[in-house]
Amino acid sequence: MSAPFRLPSGGRIDRSKPLTFTFNGQSIPAFRGDTLASALLASGKVLFGRSFKYHRPRGLLSHGSDEPNALFSVDRGPGRVDPNNRASVVDVTNGLTIETQNHWPSLDFDIGAVNDVLSPVFVSGFYYKTFMWPKSFWTKVYEPIIRAAAGLGKPPVAPDPDRYGNRHAHVDVLIAGAGPAGLAAALAAAKSGKRVVLADEQQEMGGALLHETTAEIEGKPASVWLSETLAELAGYPNVTLLPRTTVFGYYNHNHLVAIERVTDHLDRPGETIRERLWQFRAAEVVIAAGSLERPLAFADNDRPGIMLAESVRVFINRYGVLPGRQIVFATTSASAYQAAIDARKAGVDVTLVDLRTQAGPEKALAVSAGVKVMSGYTVIRSEGTKRVKALIVAPVDASGKVSGPRVRLVCDCVGMSGGWTPSVHLFSQSRGKLSFEAERDLFVPGTSVQAERSAGACRGTFDLAGALNEGFAAGAAACGSAETRNFSASPVMTGFKAVRVLPTDENPTKVKAFIDFQNDVTAKDVGLAVREGFHSIEHVKRYTTTGMASDQGKTSNMNALGIVADILQKPIPAVGTTTFRPPFTPVSFGALINLNRHGLFDPARHTPIHDWAAAQGAVFEDVGQWRRARYFPKPGEDMHAAVLRECKQTRESAGIFDASTLGKIEVVGPDAAEFMNRIYINAWTKLEPGRCRYGLMLKEDGYVFDDGVVARIAEDRFHVTTTTGGAPRVLAHMEDYLQTEWPDLKVHLTSTTEQWAVIAVQGPKARDIIAPLVDDIDLSPEAFPHMAMRSGHICGVPTRMFRVSFTGELGYEINVPADYGRAVWEAVYAAGKPHGIVPYGTETMHVLRADKGFIIVGQDTDGTQTPDDVGYGGMIAKAKPDFVGKRSLARPDCVAPGRKQLVGLLTENPQELLDEGAQIVADPNQPVPMKMLGHVTSSYPSAALGRSIAMAMVADGRNLTGKTLYITTPKGFTTAVVTGTVFFDPKGERLNG
Amino acid sequence: MIRMEDAIVQKFSLPALLKESLGAHLGWGRQWGSADLKSSYDAVIVGGGGHGLATAYYMAKEHGIRKIAVIERGWLGGGNSGRNTTIVRSNYLYDESAAIFEHSLKLWEGLSQELNYNVMFSQRGVLMLAHNEHDRQSFKRHVYANRLNGIDNEWLTPEEAKQFCPQLDLSPGKRYPVVGAALQRRAGTARHDAVNWGFARAASALGVDIIQNCEVLGLERDAFGAVCGLNTTRGKVATTKVGVSVAGHTPQLMSLFGVKVPLESQPLQALVSEPLKPAFPTVVMSNAVHAYISQSDKGELVIGAGTDQYVSYSQQGGLHIPIHTLDAICELFPIFTRVKMMRSWGGITDNTVDRSPIQGVTPIPGLYINCGWGTGGFKATPGSGHLFAHCVAKGEPHPISRPFSLDRFRTGRLIDEAAAAAVAH
Amino acid sequence: MLLIKCPYCGQRPETEFKCGGEAHIARPEDPSALNDEAWADFLYTRSSIKGVLAERWMHSHGCQRWFNALRNTHSDAFLITYEMGKPRPAVDENGELK
Repeated sequence: MSAPFRLPSGGRIDRSKPLTFTFNGQSIPAFRGDTLASALLASGKVLFGRSFKYHRPRGLLSHGSDEPNALFSVDRGPGRVDPNNRASVVDVTNGLTIETQNHWPSLDFDIGAVNDVLSPVFVSGFYYKTFMWPKSFWTKVYEPIIRAAAGLGKPPVAPDPDRYGNRHAHVDVLIAGAGPAGLAAALAAAKSGKRVVLADEQQEMGGALLHETTAEIEGKPASVWLSETLAELAGYPNVTLLPRTTVFGYYNHNHLVAIERVTDHLDRPGETIRERLWQFRAAEVVIAAGSLERPLAFADNDRPGIMLAESVRVFINRYGVLPGRQIVFATTSASAYQAAIDARKAGVDVTLVDLRTQAGPEKALAVSAGVKVMSGYTVIRSEGTKRVKALIVAPVDASGKVSGPRVRLVCDCVGMSGGWTPSVHLFSQSRGKLSFEAERDLFVPGTSVQAERSAGACRGTFDLAGALNEGFAAGAAACGSAETRNFSASPVMTGFKAVRVLPTDENPTKVKAFIDFQNDVTAKDVGLAVREGFHSIEHVKRYTTTGMASDQGKTSNMNALGIVADILQKPIPAVGTTTFRPPFTPVSFGALINLNRHGLFDPARHTPIHDWAAAQGAVFEDVGQWRRARYFPKPGEDMHAAVLRECKQTRESAGIFDASTLGKIEVVGPDAAEFMNRIYINAWTKLEPGRCRYGLMLKEDGYVFDDGVVARIAEDRFHVTTTTGGAPRVLAHMEDYLQTEWPDLKVHLTSTTEQWAVIAVQGPKARDIIAPLVDDIDLSPEAFPHMAMRSGHICGVPTRMFRVSFTGELGYEINVPADYGRAVWEAVYAAGKPHGIVPYGTETMHVLRADKGFIIVGQDTDGTQTPDDVGYGGMIAKAKPDFVGKRSLARPDCVAPGRKQLVGLLTENPQELLDEGAQIVADPNQPVPMKMLGHVTSSYPSAALGRSIAMAMVADGRNLTGKTLYITTPKGFTTAVVTGTVFFDPKGERLNG
Repeated sequence: MIRMEDAIVQKFSLPALLKESLGAHLGWGRQWGSADLKSSYDAVIVGGGGHGLATAYYMAKEHGIRKIAVIERGWLGGGNSGRNTTIVRSNYLYDESAAIFEHSLKLWEGLSQELNYNVMFSQRGVLMLAHNEHDRQSFKRHVYANRLNGIDNEWLTPEEAKQFCPQLDLSPGKRYPVVGAALQRRAGTARHDAVNWGFARAASALGVDIIQNCEVLGLERDAFGAVCGLNTTRGKVATTKVGVSVAGHTPQLMSLFGVKVPLESQPLQALVSEPLKPAFPTVVMSNAVHAYISQSDKGELVIGAGTDQYVSYSQQGGLHIPIHTLDAICELFPIFTRVKMMRSWGGITDNTVDRSPIQGVTPIPGLYINCGWGTGGFKATPGSGHLFAHCVAKGEPHPISRPFSLDRFRTGRLIDEAAAAAVAH
Repeated sequence: MLLIKCPYCGQRPETEFKCGGEAHIARPEDPSALNDEAWADFLYTRSSIKGVLAERWMHSHGCQRWFNALRNTHSDAFLITYEMGKPRPAVDENGELK
């Protein structure tokens, strides 16, 4: 296909680098430097999509990131397909495949366009008023239809093979926007030697200067000044230039974030990242974000071929593309005259219709350039279907009423301008307060909240010299300098008359004058909303959805606001301003999460023995952040069989278990025992060095918080263990009290979780197994009784050896420095082999402890149990005047009768296994809602007992011993008898081996 | 019955819509009246969010109190009721919570018809993913408890969950594998703004004055200490009943009245993607990775993040919070990494220590409080309003909301859904 | 993301810190002497003020030390951070440090 609308010369495209891409199956030529929009226009395409609600044919509105209509699905290869890309910002690359969106069966013939015929019904908020009958139809019928019709692009269906990056940067001055103001700010800041970053969303820096073919700066053509300035800035080692980088969010404390598009513009991206998230912490910020052109509201202002006036100029001057051969400009703004002049220079027939009767000097310039100027004319409507073919205009009198016959201006392109809106998005995000200049109809930055300043068009300074001067001063000020500079630059045509809806002699209730193009919101929709009582602009936005589309109201906000203000006859600030929220333009989830994917999303923690367990074929489970071996199946075994075997072998000979994940804290200092007394419910003063004690701690609310065995190493030193998941919060809890409540205590705390590997050897053969490996610890029961701790060496490695048991068997927990954990583990395992040692995992550990009625905090408790609830009330040291949580235990509810208590449950059928989480009732035949007594917390098949066992929290449970209760099952209820919690070896005789 | 002068209450229906479409919709009147603050009312509800408006509606409808004003500092529904992720469910663990949220869910099921306003209540189900043994135990406990409370909730295997939500990734080696899920089929989403407007319109039709841009400056009390009026930016108003329903602004307002409340106000953020064709059929929540996601009728993926850790009234939090949520969403649904975030925002949530609400009387006679709904108040809107209406009208809490009294913090009888679920959205 | 000045380490991003809620709520010397209401007050009542709030922070991914801060909860701006045990700095009616 040829490019009939490409000018023979001009523009910033590289004509030596031809490219092709595919648009709805058709091959389209382009040059390096083209966007999809410019290349398609060059090929004569103007129909780029269908609108959201009415499926109206739509073309381009704009040339930039504010484009609401031309949204494409872009296909860069398998898994690299994504929707809703604005044609005006996607660079053409060779072989790109593009599809238009929101139509069926085709872009040209779209069944959905019937909605346009039905549009008198489908007004704003129509769905709130209907679809209510019959009731069941909403979820089943109406909503699915609406959902299928709504939405724009098709969602991605395959995982994304691309990678994304992240970079944090501390900068002295961050400049957002590299138009004239931003460049001048960078020039000023660069000289200071401070770290300066200049970021701009476009493929090239320069902003409006990229299409400024007539103006001069400092006596040079603007393009020359631009390239010299960029070269100068590039020469500063302290300046970083980031093109294709949109500063999209301004957060607290000058945290600004930007998205850099790294490879989407390359034919062959290679191995690097697709996009990079920049997170800046900036000492000072200069916002130079420019301004956005306002569309005009008139009937059928959305036909393909009708675009913003400045966009016409951009396509001609920057891309060498004619958007049409007969162009009509419709304006209330002086800037459109320059566009008309540039279009005329490109050799096409140009007419300019200005609602204003009094134009400035721009009129004479346009007329002399050959532009037909019609002053004092309004636009009544456009004609055409899939491309505009005429604009109907009519003269207006001084009061703004249509005063004469209509004139039909044949055209294939319309450039419209309703004036300009400063881009105050980043300023507003910084929570600065906007102020409204009623005379110029502009919201501009008012009071700053953070360390930033705005310069140029984004604060309403539209002339070139003014923007340069302001930018320079802002850049200097950001570096603490009062320096200014007076740039010489050509005058620019500025000034506009704000008109919300163009005057018309048609019945305004019959016409569609679009305000928000993507969401199909018309001026009369806004009127309807106001009529229905939606007067705050936030209400109007939500009711009509204006400003809620993917362009977030960039082109629509001021027009909508103005219409509401006009109807209510209130000043604009009284109607309100919408708060701008991040992001400025849409940002991919991939870029936001960047590295936090795959293995780097919440990495799992592994113990020193992990690889050994993996090699043995262990099945793992997640416990907190840890990945723990759950069981070690032999070939053909399921979990049940493996666990039965592990339990049996441990109780008959010995088992070896990796307890390294237990949290460990070293509590040291002259006041260590006092500190322990205050943190735990237990008493610690009299615990002798070399002895262990099970400790239980509460939060201040009196509920069980964590538990673990504690060894007193010396008078002033405790080795504390915590639950696997609880380690960080227990340390934080202890530090909190130590530092903030009891700073007088001479204690310090050190987390040693990662320092110690813990090898539990449990079972009657435990002593025999480790004895040959231990050099200097007397393992005899007399010298090393249960609940004692000894320091010495095992396999020549220093150890703190605990004689403790979470299984009820004779057992040791061997703490060795983590780096030796694997070696000692393997030595113990080898020594145990002749004795029949078995490695076991967390599941067996759970069963063995349940046999003995030991609780697991977090499973048998859920943060609402007192020590007495779990049967541990006797551990409370009565003599202690206070400890954390003590006072709460005396609260009325904590001493009330009927609290849930931990009990055992035995099913009548010994092979029946209760469901963990099952609820318990006394009477299964009562009506719903039933009175529930509690729930099953733990339930296992016990190898030792040859039957199932369970633990449960049951209201007044200890008084129900021997009673039969009903327990829910997936199908109904079963029965179980309440028992004590110790199922096995109640006298604890096995502890002695 | 008192009727607003300018509240034209015209029935919404398809025939009415078609009729109006012939007349360019010029016949639609105001959905709710715009009243001046009168000098006295039987009751004043402070806070024009969903809860406050619902309270006024049910007071007028079920308790025959017609001289009611709802006063709102800003615009109706401008707080959390217009900023949430619109999830409605009732599968809470504890009997008290289950009762209050199920009461609400039942009202949701007829709300569009009740209000004659399509609130787009969509019972597309809420699927809560279990990723480990702890989740499995906890969710099964919920499922069983809900069942005995008459609330639908079922346990699904991973395969059943994927059948319900085909976007789930069950491939092996995931950091957070799906080991099962709890599904409440009656749960779903609704259109938040429509709920606010629907209640406002229905309340207005019953004669409730809805006063926007009116801030409370103080409480007037009689010789016995009871409420006798309010001081506002629009003047004084006499009333003996004041119901406060102002979410994150509760601590501030109640401190003005000299009442202490155990609340902290923290930012909660949410975000939406660009609109997509149907991509996600249900609501999925994952407590373990702190994420929840659904797709709006407009096509946006609606994603809720966690709360920021500090007290703030800025309606803005840090970007790291939503990023962390997106980490989790993309871990669960890797196909979404190329989808783009279109808008993000924050609200101010009023969080209690047990993540359960507070509703009932205060130490000041005539002053009633409804707050503490934290990150999950939207789903309670009709239920909370219905129960709070009873409380303000009768001067004592409804039996369903009685356990949620201020007094529970003294007795220690907390309803700790936070402990039960680790999260309470 | 807030930027927080740890009194010991200097300015660091918020992700290194844990917020511990309102500051200067001392644990009673003798909790058993308090009635239920006073104890509940200590446990749960927080001012949650809109304005200058004294709050506790811990530099958890740093020096692990707790400190206090004055922060305006409306603007999220920190007025000052200070070591535990120091009195709360005075603030004028405009919410600025005296």
